[in-house]
Amino acid sequence: MMELRSKGKPLSFTQPIIGRITYGLAAESSILIDHSLDNTDVSDGYLAVLTKRSVTTHLSPIIHSIPSIQPLSEGDVIMMLPNGIIQTLFRVNSLDNTLFTTDRCNSNCLMCSQPPKDIDDIEYYYNVNHQVISLIPSTTEIIGITGGEPTLLGKRFFDMISHINRKLPATTIHILTNGRSFAWKNFTTRFESVNSSNLVLGIPLYSDYYLDHDYIVQASHAFNQTVLGLHNLASIGARIELRVVLHKLTFKRLPELAKFIFLNLPFVEQVAFMGLEYTGYTPHNDKLLWIDPLEYADELDIAVTYLNNNGINVSIYNHPLCLLPKPMWRFSVKSISDWKRHFLPKCDSCLVKADCGGIFATSRKVSLNINPQ
Amino acid sequence: MKNIISNTYSRKFRGISTFESEAESIYFLLPFKFHSISIDREVLVNEIGDYLIVPQGTAKAIVHREIDFSSNLYRDLVANFFISPTPVPELLNVISTRYRTKKKSLGSFTSLHIFVVTLRCNHSCHYCQVSRAAESKSEFDISYKDLDAGINHMFLSPSEELTVEFQGGEPLLAFDKVRYAVERIQLLNEDFKKEISYVICTNSTILNDEILLFCKNYNILISTSLDGPAFIHNANRFKSGRASYDLVIEGIDRTRQALGHDKVSALMTTTALSLKYPKEIIDNYVENGFGNIFLRPISPYGFALKNQKKNHYQTAEFLDFYKQGLEHILNLNAQGVFFKEDYTSIILQKILTPFTENYVDLQSPTGLVSSVIVFNYDGFVYASDESRMLAEIKDYTFQLGHVTQPYEELFLGDKAKQILNNGVAECLAGCSDCAFLTYCGADPVLHYATQNDMQGHRAFSIFCKKNMEIIRYLFEMLDIRKGYVESTFQSWIHKPAA
Repeated sequence: MMELRSKGKPLSFTQPIIGRITYGLAAESSILIDHSLDNTDVSDGYLAVLTKRSVTTHLSPIIHSIPSIQPLSEGDVIMMLPNGIIQTLFRVNSLDNTLFTTDRCNSNCLMCSQPPKDIDDIEYYYNVNHQVISLIPSTTEIIGITGGEPTLLGKRFFDMISHINRKLPATTIHILTNGRSFAWKNFTTRFESVNSSNLVLGIPLYSDYYLDHDYIVQASHAFNQTVLGLHNLASIGARIELRVVLHKLTFKRLPELAKFIFLNLPFVEQVAFMGLEYTGYTPHNDKLLWIDPLEYADELDIAVTYLNNNGINVSIYNHPLCLLPKPMWRFSVKSISDWKRHFLPKCDSCLVKADCGGIFATSRKVSLNINPQ
Repeated sequence: MKNIISNTYSRKFRGISTFESEAESIYFLLPFKFHSISIDREVLVNEIGDYLIVPQGTAKAIVHREIDFSSNLYRDLVANFFISPTPVPELLNVISTRYRTKKKSLGSFTSLHIFVVTLRCNHSCHYCQVSRAAESKSEFDISYKDLDAGINHMFLSPSEELTVEFQGGEPLLAFDKVRYAVERIQLLNEDFKKEISYVICTNSTILNDEILLFCKNYNILISTSLDGPAFIHNANRFKSGRASYDLVIEGIDRTRQALGHDKVSALMTTTALSLKYPKEIIDNYVENGFGNIFLRPISPYGFALKNQKKNHYQTAEFLDFYKQGLEHILNLNAQGVFFKEDYTSIILQKILTPFTENYVDLQSPTGLVSSVIVFNYDGFVYASDESRMLAEIKDYTFQLGHVTQPYEELFLGDKAKQILNNGVAECLAGCSDCAFLTYCGADPVLHYATQNDMQGHRAFSIFCKKNMEIIRYLFEMLDIRKGYVESTFQSWIHKPAA
């Protein structure tokens, strides 16, 4: 797993600094990674500097004495914090970049991998993201927007999308939202004014039965709001990917859920069945949630086959191939972000490792049935 | 609807029972109907055509509020809109969108425009519903003036998609009229810019290079008649000189070479002779490279009724033929041959998907006038192909007027209104409370022709008898032979015939 944070000693700045990494090319907003050995001041033309050297004085902002600088590429966007922490916000060579918008959420899902916090952080993240969007290349293929629940940003949600549309007109925007806000027509109408064919909404649905869904997301009325939101979004032609997380509370009604999706939500572009990431709330709710993927293979097979037969695109995310029935392999997608993808030592002898999406490095519990093919 | 942002993110999660106790402790009925499909099973069908197959007595238990809230059945009933925890379902907007989707064909008005360019024919099929005229008698051709008037009417249809179908007689005996019509439509469409497709319904025995080149230029589809193996086809479709079967097969091959394999389709008619040979007829279609067949009973109209011995059979006999045929087709699919039955596919599309199929006989409100219109060779306008067949035995009930009359008088006149008023199954006795209503249609012409009443009496309706049994049979198959049969059915709905 690649480190996304490094730490060193800060000098000459008191506010967070966001800039673009360079190894020599001086430009506005560029942060130099300095590999020189002497003690000259290299600040000229750069917004800030990162170095392993120890520095006592420096004109421009610098973080020095960094024990090991994470591998950064020319063009990556980082944030230097006044406490010496360096955070990577965008990596040019990755397709897994996301803009984190808030820790707040209006749901509290039993299996949340990134549990919500009640912090007034919307303006803070908005400003960070605003700068990041301005600094990343217009050739960026895809950028994710996540949280928390991004629609809770209200006006800032639409501002942010407009900003991306302006700065990155060719970039695909993938927003992870629970879709509940779109149940309100006026919210969807405002969204329509920033919507484009580059924008995809990833929206979760965990059951065809409202109380099961409400229970899983720990919010009354959530199911009806999400389904109404999906219909409102369809009416404005929004692109939608439905996401179903597989665990002990969702697997039994997967065939019924698949039927509900085709009959009531046939406009969705894709349905993704997702393996559980064993982190966040999930270890705490282990008894409620954990089931070995082999045990839900039958229900998954029925649901995937039904949707596929009915012309709906289906993908299976976050499953190593050895935990899926062979006929399901063609639906499997290497979905785990590159920096989170992990394999067990015994996977080295597996013949299909190259095609396998691996397991979450963040998962603290893995199936005992992972075996080389 | 409430949108409470929970400010207490806590690991003290609420149990499912908390959510259940917040919900109502009673449930409310949404509109649904039911029908027995076997000794111990019944099917429940809701207002938008979604179904559940359940043990007999379930409908009664639902109505008596005997369903256990923690059961899977309760979940199924709520999720499929049979019952609701609130008096007005919170997803009412979803249900209404679904209902509109099922009635989508209403939105566009007339799309299929049939031009009977001539009554002349080189065949004398014993089941022909129209009185055919000898090949040489050109007074049975449509006039250019009437053709122009019909084309003008067609462009007044609000439908963005138009299908132009040339029929006869044998329309290619009046190829000059077909050519004139297509070229004129193309010219006018430079302004109207509609999506137009063309079909020529021909017996394929007089296709030549000139005609095929013309079809290729305008992407015209060929729909031909093929009743099965030579011994059936030739007996049904008599032609003097060379036998019809050999000429048809030659014509099909020639058309495929000139236009492409998928540009020619075939229709069969089931006669008393055909009833004994479902397998042979289907195998003949497979051998001739077709991926589908429409097992079609004879239409009880016009001249077809004159030949009682060859054409008359009971609906029950046809249903046996259909079931044997369907079984054989499923076996073919099991062996890896993709082949489908069209009528079954139309009904399955309605049962298994949220969409519908614009097939005139199975539409409610009826597709007569509002989906299809016929401009006859003599300039008179009819509500459907079957309507002009009645006219051939001097019954003009479904004649809307003459093509020279204004659009409003024909399409929105009293006759059109009368037909439409009698063609809403939701309002017909015996249909309004039928579980299969969403899958079926109203057929005022058939009921008028067989019962002398546009609404007809369901107990004596061959239309009702046929559809009730076919739909019941399909549900029984979906219930007891799930798996393979269901996935084959799904493939018929979504995959076009090879």
